[in-house]
Amino acid sequence: MSGNMNINLKVWRQKNGKSQGKLVDYKVEGVSPDMSFLEMFDVLNDRLVSEGKDEPIAFDHDCREGICGMCSMYINGRPHGPNQGVTTCQLHMRSFKDGDTIVVEPWRAAAFPVIKDLAVDRSAFDRIIASGGFISVNTGNAQDANSLPIPKDNADEAFAAAACIGCGACVAACKNSSAMLFVSAKVSQLALLPQGDPERNTRVLNMVAQMDTEGFGACTNTGACSAECPKEISLTNIARLNREYFAAQLGSDRS
Amino acid sequence: MNWITKMFSSSLGQKLIMALTGLFLCSFLIIHMVGNLQLFKHDAGLAFNKYAVFMTTNPLIKTTSYLLYAAILFHAFKGIALVFQNKKARPVKYQAFDGKANSHWSSRNMGILGTIILVFIAVHMSNFWWQYKFGTVPYTRYTENIQTGEIQSDYMPDNFTMNSKMEEQSEGLMKVTIVKDLFRSVELGFKEIWLVALYIIAMAALSFHLYHGFKSAFQTMGLNHKKYNGAINFIGIGVFAILIPIGFAAMPLYFFIK
Ligand code: HEM
Ligand code: SF4
Ligand code: FES
Repeated sequence: MSGNMNINLKVWRQKNGKSQGKLVDYKVEGVSPDMSFLEMFDVLNDRLVSEGKDEPIAFDHDCREGICGMCSMYINGRPHGPNQGVTTCQLHMRSFKDGDTIVVEPWRAAAFPVIKDLAVDRSAFDRIIASGGFISVNTGNAQDANSLPIPKDNADEAFAAAACIGCGACVAACKNSSAMLFVSAKVSQLALLPQGDPERNTRVLNMVAQMDTEGFGACTNTGACSAECPKEISLTNIARLNREYFAAQLGSDRS
Repeated sequence: MNWITKMFSSSLGQKLIMALTGLFLCSFLIIHMVGNLQLFKHDAGLAFNKYAVFMTTNPLIKTTSYLLYAAILFHAFKGIALVFQNKKARPVKYQAFDGKANSHWSSRNMGILGTIILVFIAVHMSNFWWQYKFGTVPYTRYTENIQTGEIQSDYMPDNFTMNSKMEEQSEGLMKVTIVKDLFRSVELGFKEIWLVALYIIAMAALSFHLYHGFKSAFQTMGLNHKKYNGAINFIGIGVFAILIPIGFAAMPLYFFIK
């Protein structure tokens, strides 16, 4: 086919969490520019399976439409590759050139241990959410939406924060492996809405404590997280997380 | 007590310590700059030497200066500890890492920049502060004509000493001041090219440290809003990353060239 490309991949291969990993070279030929980055990996894996010499490369993916957050790949030094505001499944090979060498690594963080190859264990995020990223709603009939007035600005900001898909690119991009952007997105979403208000103090205190327990680093405000976030979660959320946290420590009975 | 230790040992609390001590150091830089501008006066160092006496005898300023030394040490050691703690959060490094694609260089090198500043502070303090407080700084006698403002300065003999740092006497139109001559130490010190070079390198490091640090401190304190971000950026870059480092670097250069 004309216009197709040959790509040189260097992919991190690692049998399991305990073994040593290394970068392995693969040549993928006849790549269509319209393929997604994951589809290129499908082509490569098909070949590896049919050759039977090498195990297929393990990588996470699910929706392939930019909403589940599973497709964690650290591509040429950046999470989700070179483009702004997209996940790996939304990255297309037309963003690369024929003959390019592309280095693909897993997310790197003590809190995200490698399971195999490019797949990492992100359950630390689940435990952070379980520690407070929810509202407790008693069962019963749904109340009339209009009886809960929410300023439009707050609704918009909460909605923007709620767009976080828990992909972990923020952690992967941050030189400190800090999870501040992720935590701040959830804390902000709920702090901005009346439904989140009753638990706001315990929520922020517990989520920060869990974040620290999981071994994520401390934020130095480099801004790499927001720059690489596929949902473009804003740094103002991190400022709000700081405010919420210090307000809860200084102004509530809890600690 | 428990909640306080909990707050300050959390990652957010440790950052708050960095921000508060950092901004305290920033406020000091302004005072230090304004005071030291007197080095540029053409009065053989009289005003500067009087200022040095004031800064080391006024009890309020002395107390603040001890707070400042504590803040420098606290900021430096906490900062270095955080750098190592953050390195632990990523035990396996990336083979390819494109930091410049998503963040400013200075924001990724606060620890190195801070360490350069720390080395500078140590040299700077042992040169001037230690010498002034514990070493032997010679005295100079200034004879000032109150009417014409004319100042004549005479070095006292090297072995001259007295109980106080400064004594002032008026005889008719003449005002005589005998004072510890720190200005002379500054003049002499800045004839050394390596010292001048260290100052310039350190001020470059300070510039980058504060280019990121000043606005970062506000973010850490939760202050990030489009209503005032412009002002924070303007002060952070204009005053702390440009004016202050250039002003401090100009002092050794001025004496080196003079
Ligand atoms: C005049 C001297 C200094 C001033 C005015 C200053 C100011 C600041 C400010 C405003 C911050 C931002 C705090 C934040 O991000 O919340 C900061 C961060 C930092 N400073 Fe300094 N600093 C000075 C000296 C030092 C020294 C001597 C060191 C270390 C040896 C140091 C190491 C650091 C580090 C590592 C950070 C980043 C901390 C973090 O974001 O976690 N600084 N500094
Ligand atoms: S904040 Fe952005 S980068 Fe971080 S987990 Fe959420 S969507 Fe992913
Ligand atoms: S596979 Fe779901 S976001 Fe990429």
